Amino acid sequence: MFYYLALAAVLFAIGLFGVLTRRNVIGILMSLELMFNAANINFVAFNKYVATEALVGQMFAIFIVVVAAAEAVVGLAIVLLIYRNWRGIGMDNVNVMKW
Amino acid sequence: MPATEPGVVFWILAVVILVSGFLVVTLRNIFHCALCLILCLFAVAGIYVLLNAEFLAAAQVLIYVGAVAILIVFTVMLTTDLASRSLVQHNENATIAFVVCALFAIGVPWLITTTGVWIPPKGELPADNVGTIGKYLMTDFMLPFEVVSVLLLAALIGAIVLARKEHS
Repeated sequence: MFYYLALAAVLFAIGLFGVLTRRNVIGILMSLELMFNAANINFVAFNKYVATEALVGQMFAIFIVVVAAAEAVVGLAIVLLIYRNWRGIGMDNVNVMKW
Repeated sequence: MPATEPGVVFWILAVVILVSGFLVVTLRNIFHCALCLILCLFAVAGIYVLLNAEFLAAAQVLIYVGAVAILIVFTVMLTTDLASRSLVQHNENATIAFVVCALFAIGVPWLITTTGVWIPPKGELPADNVGTIGKYLMTDFMLPFEVVSVLLLAALIGAIVLARKEHS
């Protein structure tokens, strides 16, 4: 089980690095997907090795996948809107909400 | 903690996941990043199969590799001109972010190994994975199942409203 948890932790760190450093909105969204998947691996690993009497961890992971899909749809629609308004999707230009 | 050595399949999948994940966050061409993301998600589906989650693996391939990845590729093609591939993709936080994430990636596995108390597993996983999940969806998880359908409808309408052209 340790190997699965370590794999998920490293994958989460990679996704975190991407979210923190990407200039591109689509790059940030892709890194977010990596982090979701790291969390899912943790859920399924704990389901197999700790709470084996029911499939609750797998159920939770399925709902995470669905919510992540909805998040990606809305996020990419926002990306299209940003592109239309600013003619580019670099995060440096999008600072109108910065105080 | 029972340290059971995973098989060679796990190591292959882990290397594929970590290398492609690293490429996702470091490559300069965003289109190549999307292709690496597809590979990474596919390998995660393989990990699910190793963990006896067959339905989740199928859902992963259908939803992530099938739908979300295609959506991302479409958005990349709609928004970036592929000629601008030499764009600098990282901001000035890269060094400090790398240090923080490296500490996270080393520290969390270290914490996992040094934590001694692990609850022993109770019983066996149900043999009929897909059937059990179907029963759960119709009994214990009925309310979240319905709420998620409303959420998907809201996301659908929201995406249409956001991305539609405004005729003034």
